[in-house]
Amino acid sequence: MAARTRYAPDRGLTVRMTATMFLLGLVFVAFVAAIIGIGTAYHASDAAIVLFAVVLGGGFAIGSLFYSDKIALRTAGAREVTPQEAPELHGIVDRLCALADMPKPRVAIANSNMPNAFATGRNADNSVLCVTTGLMAKLNPDELEGVIAHEMSHVAHKDVQVMTAASFLAIIAALLIRVAFYGELFGGGGRGRGRGGGQNAALIMFALMAVSIVVYAVSFVLIRMLSRYRELSADRSGALLTGQPSALKSALIKVSGDMARIPTQDLRTAQPMNAFFFAPAMHLAPKGSLAAMFSTHPSLERRLAELDKVQQQLNRAG
Amino acid sequence: MGFLDTLLGRTKPVQPKLDDLFALPSAAVTLDAGAGFKPTGSGSVCFRPVEGRSFSDVQKDVTELLDVSSGKEGGLPVEVTKDSYGFNWLVSSRMSDELDALVTDLHAVNSSLVDNGFGPQLLCTLVAFKDDQERRLALVYLFKRGTFYPFAPLSGERRDNALELQVKGVIGDDLKFEPDLARWFPVWGAPGL
Repeated sequence: MAARTRYAPDRGLTVRMTATMFLLGLVFVAFVAAIIGIGTAYHASDAAIVLFAVVLGGGFAIGSLFYSDKIALRTAGAREVTPQEAPELHGIVDRLCALADMPKPRVAIANSNMPNAFATGRNADNSVLCVTTGLMAKLNPDELEGVIAHEMSHVAHKDVQVMTAASFLAIIAALLIRVAFYGELFGGGGRGRGRGGGQNAALIMFALMAVSIVVYAVSFVLIRMLSRYRELSADRSGALLTGQPSALKSALIKVSGDMARIPTQDLRTAQPMNAFFFAPAMHLAPKGSLAAMFSTHPSLERRLAELDKVQQQLNRAG
Repeated sequence: MGFLDTLLGRTKPVQPKLDDLFALPSAAVTLDAGAGFKPTGSGSVCFRPVEGRSFSDVQKDVTELLDVSSGKEGGLPVEVTKDSYGFNWLVSSRMSDELDALVTDLHAVNSSLVDNGFGPQLLCTLVAFKDDQERRLALVYLFKRGTFYPFAPLSGERRDNALELQVKGVIGDDLKFEPDLARWFPVWGAPGL
């Protein structure tokens, strides 16, 4: 069928994303194995600490997922708008929802000169889509539609859920680093002198901390990598949905060109939200540098190149 | 969307459902009998154009095809207009008693887009009605859902919700109505309405 070839999935992207998630799973297994290994090697019950971290980390992850829409709106200083207040914006969202057959997200506007947009929420029925006033001022309707289609693809791909699940490991590792560090400082030393097993306890804490640090570092890089792949696939799905890859391209160029010139005043408040933004507020890193490895978004060149592929795909003779 | 698609961040473009469109003529009879709304003879198909040559070629072919068929029967030529959201509307105008021919026209547009692989670009089809008091009404067919909903615009981007719900009640089971009211999205200033 002709339709199937025109909207074929990007196999390369799928392979890379699968590989990244496989590695994340591998790190997770290695982490669990290391903790069990440490526990049995020293005949110690570090289970309590680990359990504590898992419960705390899990609670944190589920909480942030559940309240992601509210947290995001508050961080961005955004406000929900009715169709009467923002008819054009609602019109664009209406049409894209009808085109993609998905429930309509709530629509919010943030009063900021920084041209940006994000979508978040724990599921498609509770999602919220937010654009800044700066974005609406800088982009023409076609470009705005491209950006909104990108954000709605994030909702359709359940990116908030996937990224929360992927970050779970890093959250636990980070908590364990802290717990082990303080455990070594206070608990381990003091208890040791009293019962004579101090060296043992200190070693456990040290091993736990070392493993956690390694796991944290590796999973951090992998999560960022996953985030970049998901940005690319949201670009792709968004462009396929609107049928206008060029509009998204010109929006990207406009937005990231402006990003570099934006004053840093808003940066601190914007930073925690970066993973869900359309383009990150920080200056885009040059390709191949260390900063690019830690970036939540792919480079502009990379995104434009991927959109070129979509363009060719759509234009292939049916 | 399946679990694997979620994991891999893929969306499968939704293919349109076309067949339910042919329920329109019989529903129009019920609508006339129950609420006094008659078809105006114009209807339109709304779709998101794809950039590039191959889509514009398809669009040109469809327009020519419809022009030939309506020209033979002395009808008006097909019009293509672009709205402020960047969507294209292909408007076909027939005589008010030619609803069957109109639906066939609209279906021809849909199926040729689908045949050329542009099915996911179809947004909605709209058939216009009017009553004695010149109140305007459209029955909008959502391709992706395969459902209809009524749209009754008033002046100044307001809609007559009471009339819309009345129409839904009058037509009843003759058409598959969209159960989720949140998806009855307005199409302000739709050509052909």
